[in-house]
Amino acid sequence: MSALPYLLAKEFKQLFRNRLLPVIIVLLPVAMMNVVPRIATQEVRNLNIAVVDLDHSTLSSRLTRKLQASECFNLYATCRDYGTAYDLLEEGSVDFIVTIGGGFEHNLNRSSETDVMVSVNAVNGMKGGLGNSYLAQIVTQYARELNSEKGVATRRPISVEPRYLYNSALDYKPYMIPALMAMTLALLVGFLPALNVVGEKERGTIEQINVTPISKIELILSKMIPYWIIGVFIVGFSMLMAWQIHGGVPAGSVCLILLFSMVYILTISSLGLTVSNYSDNMRQAAIVMFFFVVIFIMTSGLISPVASMPGWAQETTRLNPLRYIIAAMRDIYLKDSTFVQLLPQFVPLCIYGLAASLWAVISFRKNS
Amino acid sequence: MREEIVIRAEGLTKKFGSFVATDHITFEVRRGEIFGFLGANGAGKTTAMRMLCGLSQPSEGRAQVAGYDVATEYEQVKRHIGYMSQKFSLYDDLTVEENLRLFGGIYGMERGRVEEKIGELLGELGFETGRKTMVGSLPMGWKQKLSFSLAIFHEPGIVFLDEPTGGVDPVTRRQFWELIYRAADRGITVFVTTHYMDEAEYCDRVSIMVDGRIDALGTPAELKAQFGGPTMYEVFYALARTAKRGD
Repeated sequence: MSALPYLLAKEFKQLFRNRLLPVIIVLLPVAMMNVVPRIATQEVRNLNIAVVDLDHSTLSSRLTRKLQASECFNLYATCRDYGTAYDLLEEGSVDFIVTIGGGFEHNLNRSSETDVMVSVNAVNGMKGGLGNSYLAQIVTQYARELNSEKGVATRRPISVEPRYLYNSALDYKPYMIPALMAMTLALLVGFLPALNVVGEKERGTIEQINVTPISKIELILSKMIPYWIIGVFIVGFSMLMAWQIHGGVPAGSVCLILLFSMVYILTISSLGLTVSNYSDNMRQAAIVMFFFVVIFIMTSGLISPVASMPGWAQETTRLNPLRYIIAAMRDIYLKDSTFVQLLPQFVPLCIYGLAASLWAVISFRKNS
Repeated sequence: MREEIVIRAEGLTKKFGSFVATDHITFEVRRGEIFGFLGANGAGKTTAMRMLCGLSQPSEGRAQVAGYDVATEYEQVKRHIGYMSQKFSLYDDLTVEENLRLFGGIYGMERGRVEEKIGELLGELGFETGRKTMVGSLPMGWKQKLSFSLAIFHEPGIVFLDEPTGGVDPVTRRQFWELIYRAADRGITVFVTTHYMDEAEYCDRVSIMVDGRIDALGTPAELKAQFGGPTMYEVFYALARTAKRGD
């Protein structure tokens, strides 16, 4: 192992002398922690609605004002008739039309029963569904309010009062942030090694290395250790940013996060190096890596939970290292899970890491 | 001086699919010799050299370099040789001394010895000022001289040079050959490919490859007598003309 310090010095010098890489290594986590948690949210806000008030009564305009006051909705327009509102929906200006029929107030005063029609643009099912339930909430609340004003006891045979555990504010960010860290790692410490060895092949420098008696293990270690250090830096830096910007600190142990990160970095950077070893040029390596990273991210549970995938798809995610790290990171961040509780994530990740690093060493050819 | 054989190839062959790049070549190189390995483009010189350096597995036949089999003991071979590839292969983004230090370290040289040798080497080349220059910004001639110096930096017994003077001006070419002679004087065996026939005259013995085979082997004087030409150029031309392989 006498050559390792020399090789590491070389890798770090090359990395820091690169005009682009150090910038990317800092900028990508900044973008991931700053921008993405704000936009990659499934909370639905600022939905544009049009109200068609055919009643023009006190009660109907009170409902309109209630909708207007809600955080979720923007009252885009009040229309005379449904046709005008529908045009607005068709041109994409509004997503919801609330139609308050004529006789709204009259019906309410007489029988306490009336209808409000809601039309929803359901192209984005998630948005449509959530918006609809928000609307229903507002209308129900209004109905209760009216009933109590009239002194009528509200009919509430069973009331459900949810208590939200782990993420009591139902905030999407604490859920996304730990997963985004894992994704940032996949992008950086997965891609950079994938371009490393093959880059030396393209430049021809690998020939000069291959003709030396250096051992393959030493060489691969010299390619892996820098990404380990970069990866741990990225995790630390991301946690710091998450805390400063969004105020979220891990509920569990930071050491455990680092331990999981290190095994995961070993896995993903070894996969990168393996791809690099098999590739003839950088373009090939980049495309192959892109293929894997995209599939890994889509099936990792980052966006849609693994548990709600079809059975066969759930099985295939067992081959996805991102799945384990994202599950573990979320559990540590939100639920303070202990090491023993996370063994189902830790063991497969370790096996994966070991297999991948072994593969990276074996697939490197000094003699062909 | 004892005539010790340091490179011995017997029927050494490399096939890529149905294409036979190097076709059963047999030759020997003695210690301290400057051996010119000639041939037209695509004759199979680089392929043969890569096998001898332990970078490529022979398809058939065998070869020993420094007493080790290139098919099985190639990592041992690598301990005893230096190699300068056709394509410049030092790190452009490292300085001259950083490149030398890196390879010194890889060959397991002592740190103090490496620093000492860097000083000696740059003094010999008259290149002390270039110590901290990025290799990428060096002119071609310096790059080639540096590559050669690096190939013999760890004091190997044999050095393989693949077209070391390709694209280099005549003055630098002359200086380069002075470096080769100096290395040979120190007892390093030099195995060199070239397209320049004047350089072939500088060699102790030359072989000429045509279509993967060695068609001529001997001292420049012997070959000139055998093929009846006044210079190596005529010898080479007479042989290379028979080639069926294009570039």
